[in-house]
Amino acid sequence: MPEMREITIVEALREALAEEMSRDPTVFLMGEDIGRANGVFNVTAGLQDEFGKERVIDTPISEAGFTGIGIGAALTGMRPVVEILFCDFMTLAMDQIVNQAAKLHYMTGGQAKVPLVIRTLMGAGRGAAAQHSQSLHAWVAHIPGLKVVMPSTPYDAKGLLKSAIRDDNPVIFFEDKMSYQVKGLVPVGEYTIPLGVADMKRVGSDVTFVATSSMVQVALAAAEVLEQEGISAEVVDPRTLKPLDKATILESVKKTGRAVVVDEGHLSYGVTAEIAAIIADEAFDYLDAPVKRLGAMDVPVPMAPVLEQATVPNVEQLVATTRGLFGRRY
Amino acid sequence: MMQGGLSVMELDKPLLREMYYRMRRIRRFEETAEELYKRGTVVGLLHLYIGEEAVATGVCLALRDDDYITSTHRGHGHLLAKGGDAKRLLAELCGRLDGYCHGKGGSMHAADLSLGILGANGVVGGGFGIATGAALSAKMRRSGQVAVCFFGDGAANQGIFMEVLNMAAIWKLPVIYVCENNGFGQYTRYEEATVTELPIGARAAAFGLPTAQVDGNDVIAVYQAAVQAVERARAGQGASFIEARTYRLRGHHMGDVGFARRYRTKEELEEHMQQEPVGRFRRWLLEHQVLSEAEIQEVEAQVEAELQAAIEFVNRSPIPDVSTITEHVYA
Repeated sequence: MPEMREITIVEALREALAEEMSRDPTVFLMGEDIGRANGVFNVTAGLQDEFGKERVIDTPISEAGFTGIGIGAALTGMRPVVEILFCDFMTLAMDQIVNQAAKLHYMTGGQAKVPLVIRTLMGAGRGAAAQHSQSLHAWVAHIPGLKVVMPSTPYDAKGLLKSAIRDDNPVIFFEDKMSYQVKGLVPVGEYTIPLGVADMKRVGSDVTFVATSSMVQVALAAAEVLEQEGISAEVVDPRTLKPLDKATILESVKKTGRAVVVDEGHLSYGVTAEIAAIIADEAFDYLDAPVKRLGAMDVPVPMAPVLEQATVPNVEQLVATTRGLFGRRY
Repeated sequence: MMQGGLSVMELDKPLLREMYYRMRRIRRFEETAEELYKRGTVVGLLHLYIGEEAVATGVCLALRDDDYITSTHRGHGHLLAKGGDAKRLLAELCGRLDGYCHGKGGSMHAADLSLGILGANGVVGGGFGIATGAALSAKMRRSGQVAVCFFGDGAANQGIFMEVLNMAAIWKLPVIYVCENNGFGQYTRYEEATVTELPIGARAAAFGLPTAQVDGNDVIAVYQAAVQAVERARAGQGASFIEARTYRLRGHHMGDVGFARRYRTKEELEEHMQQEPVGRFRRWLLEHQVLSEAEIQEVEAQVEAELQAAIEFVNRSPIPDVSTITEHVYA
């Protein structure tokens, strides 16, 4: 066993960035307030002091422009890690992400490579209202050519970010703002986690929760409640939406016969629909109940905390939904 | 007579010959593509560069082989001027396996990364970020490379133009923004879509970039302006802006003939035909006895032979198999 210590997701991400910058001089960071200000959520704290202003670049508030610049740098021998402060602002750079970064390799017949990572923030929970709280990962997961990562633990965050930086494709890396202080065990030494490999966060036998990002914590808490009632829940964290580890999800569902998919994106046309469809298509004969989905309500995220919290899936909802799969009353 | 403010003596003959060769090659490539489009061999959208050859030629002759360019939807001229292969470009336009992008990109996405040609672009203004980023990369790698961003007067009205001008200025990036003002953004006239009280360069000047406005049909004037901007960029003095005034002699794209009468008159078009850059430069070379008629015809024969070989190359090149559809989605 490697030596382990407990750190937060913020610390894990910072370690990943620092290690990759140390091992590869082509890795550099760009974004709003990531340098002198240490990053709005402290992820890049101290990195400008360590690596200099040329490799930790404070940008103007110009998301389209600096994302495009990241693409140009990636095409020409660099490995930029661009930070878009909230994924809500990714909308300002959508032409760059969707029409340029995602398609250049394909459109040029494999000549161009875009080893670009876009780190961005998702999720409700801070009373930040409808333009600072969205979870727009399904938008980019829809686009061929992009990879989409959404870690839920410090261990995953570090190992996946290091792999994302080494990947030759554009990778959109979603960090949940309410999970930044989540703690977990992380090895002291070097490791990476391949993109496209799901992780079993809890082993169970009666129902599979497929949960992403902050919803992994919700799923684990719901599983504890259900355990008391004699329902054993397995929690599968895909960790990456593109590529998606269908095999691990299907294997779990085939074992348990029931599935609930939980994700913080809006319920309609989103990640839960995609994963539920895969399960229905490829594990139909194993299902003992319909596949259920929990996602954010189809409303803009409201500001007032009571309203805001009611829009996001929570432990009670997941417990109640799961009881329903076993014919039990709420 | 002066062209581009230089006397004939100041320019050497091989360079002038090369200018004519590159311009003529672009013109004849475009005419060939036009012909093959009418026959159905060239497929998809086709935006011709006819009338604008002096801009790409003048700028690219000021560049090193390892310098970068980004191009536009009207991009064949840029790729050819930077030294791109006419055979592979034509094959790409025809959707053939041996095209630059194996038929996946077509006219609007032709690229040759080995020559620093970072691609044409289907989005108006799509090259702003890429070129500026290539310049940042060159600066970080201390490679001495420069990046040229070709774009049209239409693209100058995209918001990202302001964003990259600002970043190029604050970071002193080795990038040159070359605005090919051909008079039209698709079917809307320049003066109807863009403030004309000040030139487009005033936008770059507002960020402190040195700007030049040149006759874009005068290849030597374009070349001179580009040389200055390139020297500045290589010396670490930052970005520059050049507006080259030219005129689009064909439609926005092939097949839009019906639109032509709505946005310009026959008389206007004929007037600009008199100023077209390739014939103009040919006359100039003869008048100033830089090249003889025989030497010019030799250049032209060289171009014809190259295009004939390109057509034969296309005819031999297979249409890609559907099994290739899923290749190159991910690297």
